[in-house]
Amino acid sequence: MNITVCVKRVPDTETRIRITDDGKDISGDGVKYVLSPYDEFAVEAALQLAEQAGAGEVTLLSYGDAATTESLRAGLALGAHGAVLLTGNPSMDGWATARVLASALKDSEAGLVLFGIKAVDDDQQQVGPMVAELLKRPCATSVTAIDIADGVATCRRSVEGGQEVVEIDLPAVATVTKGRYEPRYASLRGIMMAKRKPLTEKAAPVVEAGLSVEALCYPPQRPEGRIVGEGPEAVPALVRLLREEARVL
Amino acid sequence: MADVLAVAESKHGVLAGVSREAVAVARRIADELGCQVEAAVTGASADELALYGAERIVRLVGDDLRPGQVDAWAAALASRIRAGGYAAVVIAATAAGKDLAPRVAAKLGTSLLTDVTDVTVDAGGILVTRPVFAGKALAQVRAMAVPALLSVRPNVFSAAESPRDATRETAVADTSDRSRGYRVVGFEASSGASIDVSEATIVVSGGRGLKGPENWHLVEDLRDALGESAALGASRAVVDAGWRPHSEQVGQTGKTVTPKLYFAVAISGAIQHLAGMRTSGVIVAVNRDADAPIFGVADYGIVGDAFEVVPRLAEAIRELYEG
Ligand SMILES: Cc1cc2nc3c(=O)[nH]c(=O)nc-3n(C[C@H](O)[C@H](O)[C@H](O)COP(=O)(O)OP(=O)(O)OC[C@H]3O[C@@H](n4cnc5c(N)ncnc54)[C@H](O)[C@@H]3O)c2cc1C
Ligand SMILES: Nc1ncnc2c1ncn2[C@@H]1O[C@H](COP(=O)(O)O)[C@@H](O)[C@H]1O
Repeated sequence: MNITVCVKRVPDTETRIRITDDGKDISGDGVKYVLSPYDEFAVEAALQLAEQAGAGEVTLLSYGDAATTESLRAGLALGAHGAVLLTGNPSMDGWATARVLASALKDSEAGLVLFGIKAVDDDQQQVGPMVAELLKRPCATSVTAIDIADGVATCRRSVEGGQEVVEIDLPAVATVTKGRYEPRYASLRGIMMAKRKPLTEKAAPVVEAGLSVEALCYPPQRPEGRIVGEGPEAVPALVRLLREEARVL
Repeated sequence: MADVLAVAESKHGVLAGVSREAVAVARRIADELGCQVEAAVTGASADELALYGAERIVRLVGDDLRPGQVDAWAAALASRIRAGGYAAVVIAATAAGKDLAPRVAAKLGTSLLTDVTDVTVDAGGILVTRPVFAGKALAQVRAMAVPALLSVRPNVFSAAESPRDATRETAVADTSDRSRGYRVVGFEASSGASIDVSEATIVVSGGRGLKGPENWHLVEDLRDALGESAALGASRAVVDAGWRPHSEQVGQTGKTVTPKLYFAVAISGAIQHLAGMRTSGVIVAVNRDADAPIFGVADYGIVGDAFEVVPRLAEAIRELYEG
């Protein structure tokens, strides 16, 4: 069974965000970009499932600008077999992104399409299930472990208060979160081999936007806090402040 | 006039607290637009939603509408929304809401705004604020499609009262558009966790400074002292070490929390941790290092050993509540 993993290139979480002068975007200057951390879990899940099956290829799919090839090569170095880049500029509109990705997945033979639970830039947590609807495939979200047998993927889901187990009939879609899958590191051999793996680029289809980002701004600074005191002796003063000043107790 | 629909969620037959907030947000939008609020409930006991401004309370029923069967719920809501011609739909951005909302949006063929923290209505329609880049920036986004679909972050909006005489009805939902092949087959409750950290109004988080899982009774005891609306959180260092489950992790690669009160116990305050909790109402830090970055965002801090401070704090809070 072949598996496709949708991956997004995002600013590294340590990066300081600088808003551009027009106030509508962030400046890419000096920003280090990485594969979104949750997408790494999805890639690892795909690689492990393919290794267990001893058959099938893992393909990475991304919608992004030309620089995204760098992130895709990094994914290929981990062991994915090939990658497809739909070149364009994804916006915050997850529905637009979902339609772009679905256009490339429509005729795909992939038995499983994996996503990260969320991309850590826009943090919308929506593209995976939207693509599933477009492909008319069942979708399990927030998945921590996948086991495949007899055309069914049994998924453990991290939900409020515990773990839910759901079965989805293949072909299916899942969004992956932290759990069973610890992302591997690329080996030197993997990095060398990645250079020769197929990476196809084509222009993303143009889709109509349903959202418009009017402005970006920095969050309000938190007011200067205060150190109430040192050690357990400070507890009574803290409790008093929480009750009388902050009114939260 | 097109109305505003609020989707109310219930767990084990009990209305989720954030559903009140969702109805209150719908009320705010409806007041601006001069229309009514309908609350669609996915479970029982929703009469109280009239208090927050719902004029119609509609209980959706149907054979497929079992707990956890998200594909059927999505189909039911999408068909209701399609038929109702709403101006906006407000869903609570709980874990379940985040699973549900994008499916509904895709069935309707429309965009969705997740984790909204503010809403305004102007001549151009509905404009929302939502945090991006892990709270390092805020985006103002306009929903151009109708209905505007948004999910609201728990604990951010107040559940303002605005009582109405509500009508009540039961509607048999059309779930024919559900995606087949999705079956809930089991559930394993994790010990203790009754309320999810992303929805709790008080969060007590522990960090690596607590030295090991055997010391978690310290933060557990503080949580217990704070009552039923308090939940445990953890830093990534603690989760990576296997001391606590990932479902409790707060931060960029964990949950984003917005409680009214957040305790960071023996947590240094790395940027990725702050990403998940900096929008909390009041932040309290206990750390033995006076230079720990967590003190930079904390409203109140105690410099000291958590092993001495936390038990005393739990005791003082118990005395306050019981005395
Ligand atoms: C891509 C990426 C994503 C990440 N995502 C997250 C995330 O989602 N959430 C997250 O939390 N982190 C995340 N991190 C990790 C983050 O950078 C920090 O490593 C982590 O938050 C540190 O956890 P900590 O504060 O518990 O541990 P430490 O940094 O080790 O801090 C321990 C603190 O405890 C104090 N201490 C020690 N002993 C005592 C005592 N007896 N009493 C009181 N205080 C004491 C110390 O002074 C210190 O400040 C991420 C990192 C990366 C690179
Ligand atoms: N531009 C993109 N290209 C490829 N995959 C994407 C893109 N945007 C989002 N995704 C996938 O969808 C998941 C959820 O993204 P989001 O809904 O934006 O939080 C991500 O973890 C990726 O797997």
